[in-house]
Amino acid sequence: MASTDLIAQEVSRHDDSRRFVNDFSLQVATVNGSGSQSANTILLRSIFQMGIPVSGKNLFPSNIAGLPTWYTIRANKHGYIGRKKEIDFLIAMNQETAREDVLSLSPGGAVLYDEPMNLASLRPDLTFYPVPFDKIVATVCPEAKLRKLVKNMIYVGVMAHLLGLDMVQLEKALRKQFARKQKAADLNWGAAKAGFDYAASTLTKKDPCRVERMDKTAGKIIVDGNTAAALGCMFAGVTVVTWYPITPSSSLVETLIDYMKRYRIRPDGKATFAIVQAEDELAAIGMVFGAGWAGARSMTATAGPGISLMAEFAGLGYYAEIPAVIWNIQRVGPSTGMPTRTAQGDVLFTAFLSHGDTQHIMLFPASVEECFTMAQDAFNLAEWFQTPVFVMSDLDLGMNNWMSDPFLYPTQPIERGKVLSKEDLDRLGGFARYKDVDGDGIGYRTLPGTEHPAAAYFVRGSGHNEKAQYTERPDDYENNMLRLAHKFDTARTRVPKSVETGSGHERVGIIAYGTSHWAIIESRDQLRDEHGLETDYLRIRAYPFPREVQDFIENHERVYVVEQNRDGQLFDLLRLDLPVEQVAKLRSIAHCNGLPLDARSVTDELMNLEGN
Amino acid sequence: MATTPTAEPKTNRIGLTVIDYKGGKTTLCAGCGHNAISERIIDAMYEMGVKPEHVAKFSGIGCSSKSPAYFMSRSHSFNAVHGRMPSVATGALLANHNLIALGVSGDGDTASIGIGQFIHLMRRNLPLIYIIEDNGVYGLTKGQFSATADLGSKLKTGVINDLPPIDTCALAIQLGASFVGRSFSGDKRQLLAMLKAAIAHRGTVMLDVISPCVTFNDHEGSTKSYKYMKDHDEPLQEISFIPSFEDIDVDYDAGTTVDLTMHDGSHLRLRKLDANYDPTDKLLAIKTLSTAHHEGETLTGVFYIDPNKPTFMDLLHVTDEPLATLPAEATRPPKAVLDEVMESLR
Repeated sequence: MASTDLIAQEVSRHDDSRRFVNDFSLQVATVNGSGSQSANTILLRSIFQMGIPVSGKNLFPSNIAGLPTWYTIRANKHGYIGRKKEIDFLIAMNQETAREDVLSLSPGGAVLYDEPMNLASLRPDLTFYPVPFDKIVATVCPEAKLRKLVKNMIYVGVMAHLLGLDMVQLEKALRKQFARKQKAADLNWGAAKAGFDYAASTLTKKDPCRVERMDKTAGKIIVDGNTAAALGCMFAGVTVVTWYPITPSSSLVETLIDYMKRYRIRPDGKATFAIVQAEDELAAIGMVFGAGWAGARSMTATAGPGISLMAEFAGLGYYAEIPAVIWNIQRVGPSTGMPTRTAQGDVLFTAFLSHGDTQHIMLFPASVEECFTMAQDAFNLAEWFQTPVFVMSDLDLGMNNWMSDPFLYPTQPIERGKVLSKEDLDRLGGFARYKDVDGDGIGYRTLPGTEHPAAAYFVRGSGHNEKAQYTERPDDYENNMLRLAHKFDTARTRVPKSVETGSGHERVGIIAYGTSHWAIIESRDQLRDEHGLETDYLRIRAYPFPREVQDFIENHERVYVVEQNRDGQLFDLLRLDLPVEQVAKLRSIAHCNGLPLDARSVTDELMNLEGN
Repeated sequence: MATTPTAEPKTNRIGLTVIDYKGGKTTLCAGCGHNAISERIIDAMYEMGVKPEHVAKFSGIGCSSKSPAYFMSRSHSFNAVHGRMPSVATGALLANHNLIALGVSGDGDTASIGIGQFIHLMRRNLPLIYIIEDNGVYGLTKGQFSATADLGSKLKTGVINDLPPIDTCALAIQLGASFVGRSFSGDKRQLLAMLKAAIAHRGTVMLDVISPCVTFNDHEGSTKSYKYMKDHDEPLQEISFIPSFEDIDVDYDAGTTVDLTMHDGSHLRLRKLDANYDPTDKLLAIKTLSTAHHEGETLTGVFYIDPNKPTFMDLLHVTDEPLATLPAEATRPPKAVLDEVMESLR
């Protein structure tokens, strides 16, 4: 479209007036430690309660106080809840980043800012709303030391007016946030109202971002992935949790502790669980394997550096065949990397974690709902296959707020796998721990404490034969390793299946996993609407790859593998797994800047690779 | 021959013979102190009438850590990675606190690569018997010094150790282990009595057992050799142990003997060779160890004991039934709980 075409511009301007209704991204720029989290959650919930699909992403520093933090709220009438690349509305509360934040706004956007910052002259194409925060807060908050916190609620009130938020919903969200603190609730409600009144009497609405009531969130919940995972583990019947704090996984265990104390302590005060904060990740994973060996459903949660430390034990778990569940809430590496930014950067490392020929089952949750269900899958798979199972979440999923349908009560039973009891041993007379009796590569195990003279076996990381005896015999070693490979192959049929969407007859396929999913569903619509390119989409949910992955690639001319790391790690894993003629069909789209993947980046890159 | 009466094999109080406590054939060197320790473990478990199926054995990596394969084959055993046995034993006990846990480590496995986990194990007072088979060298890698080698001790190659040793006993006492002692693999009587008391104790038992390496550290100039121990072993007490299931001999001289009632009702009697020694006094224990070390003596005996200190498992308040075998009804909350949580997230 030529930019000199006046009629076209008119039409587009007309469209614009509705384009940002229930479809915009707003960003709150503040400093961490200023207490803006409550304000942002209330803003998010108010929009949600008006029936509008919404998502919240916290972009925060690895720091406790004083460094820049951005919180992004995306409202989208179509239900897209991935990150949007463009920011339409900025709430500028941080002098340090204000200039750069304003310069990066999309054309025609708006800025609400603390008046003394004097931002209005920075760009002529934006709408600026100055607000004298200090003056307003002084009138509603007599206690000077609380003003820094209460100040945030003023922008919530101002935004309520500018966006057209329902104040009834806002008050409801606010009172939920401060449920156990009546005084704080009243104080903050006063501030929100003062912000609203100021905006109503002083500001003239000029930007197009608005909300209108919809009905797309009825019955839904808002929750972060770590909370969902914690709930999943509790309902999966976890009994032993050993961990070492590390961002972004700590909140998974901390939330789990809260829930377990509330719902897993018997009336006599006895706990049906043990949670231990270990001295480091080496000990955390050692305890997990000790507990798994002795028969508990045991788990830990960690992130990249912890995974590195767990490498040696992971090999023991694989080789000695001990159930364990390890949550890896991935963050940006290498090394310490960016601890508070998101990535899918541990996929390749985790797949083969440890020395020698080692392979691990991995699950890739894409949603909070899958954090809940895959917790149950993970424990069942770990006990069924007697091996560590890694659940590969990430910071975006784990720590951000996601809208979801409520979780369903588990229907799958708690499967403890092939464990022989005293009675079984009475009948059998004995057993060989690592013998493939059933042809699936999985042996039978006994638990320590089993009251039978033939129950004991010696578990070791050194070479062993079918009877778990030490061996250096070439045939014993090789047979055992081949059985382990066979067992891993069996897992292909038991891990969560991939999810295919699309007609199934398109030439172009897309493969993605985990949180990349949210960008893909939006990008596929962009590809269709903007470029006329229809695509099929396969979302992989587990490694080893189930058979349908090959079928999908077989049925497409080109398959784009989209992920959030530099080197295309799942792309590489696929290349190792696929027949050579299929490998030639794969193309990698890898995204690595620490921000959650957005649809626009995928669409642009894919069209670029398509030669457009 | 037919007329020769066959004697019934001797059995212990649960009807098992000593054969029921045997393990596989040792692959350690002939004369290795570790083999003697394995023998004493068998004797102690047999005499105490411990059911082998109730015992779980743990070890790390090294000569010492191989030894659980050489005793009590009817007990489950976990040979972990180097220096990380404490975490595995901790996890197993979290899963099943009814297990009688016995860990065997070495001086390298404990005091070098494993010092971090060792320290935190002692802090927790986990109900576990932790034996260090201490020979001052790395045997499996052919004779390098470990961190318990004494200052000035000499390797076969003539290399002199110029770093001070870590005293694992002093460390364990300071950190919170509730039963700490040192023995010598060559002192059958003392070691057996200490092991039996260890089985009766509830809490972490840390036993540092000097166990000479006949291949790499039994020469002139070594402070962990049979000869050195013969000359410098300085027992702190004469130790006798009366298990709870045996009649107690009431006669002992309260002036020279400390009588300690163990958690299970057994009695540990320590006839003091040093009149002032009180094994419940932490500071005195550490001071006594330092003094002996300064004088070049290897003090053995029970240095510290607190029979009633709460263990890690006490602090966790878990169900009496092991967590490992709780049924699904006990570990999966009902649907009403999920409904309640979902409602709070709306």
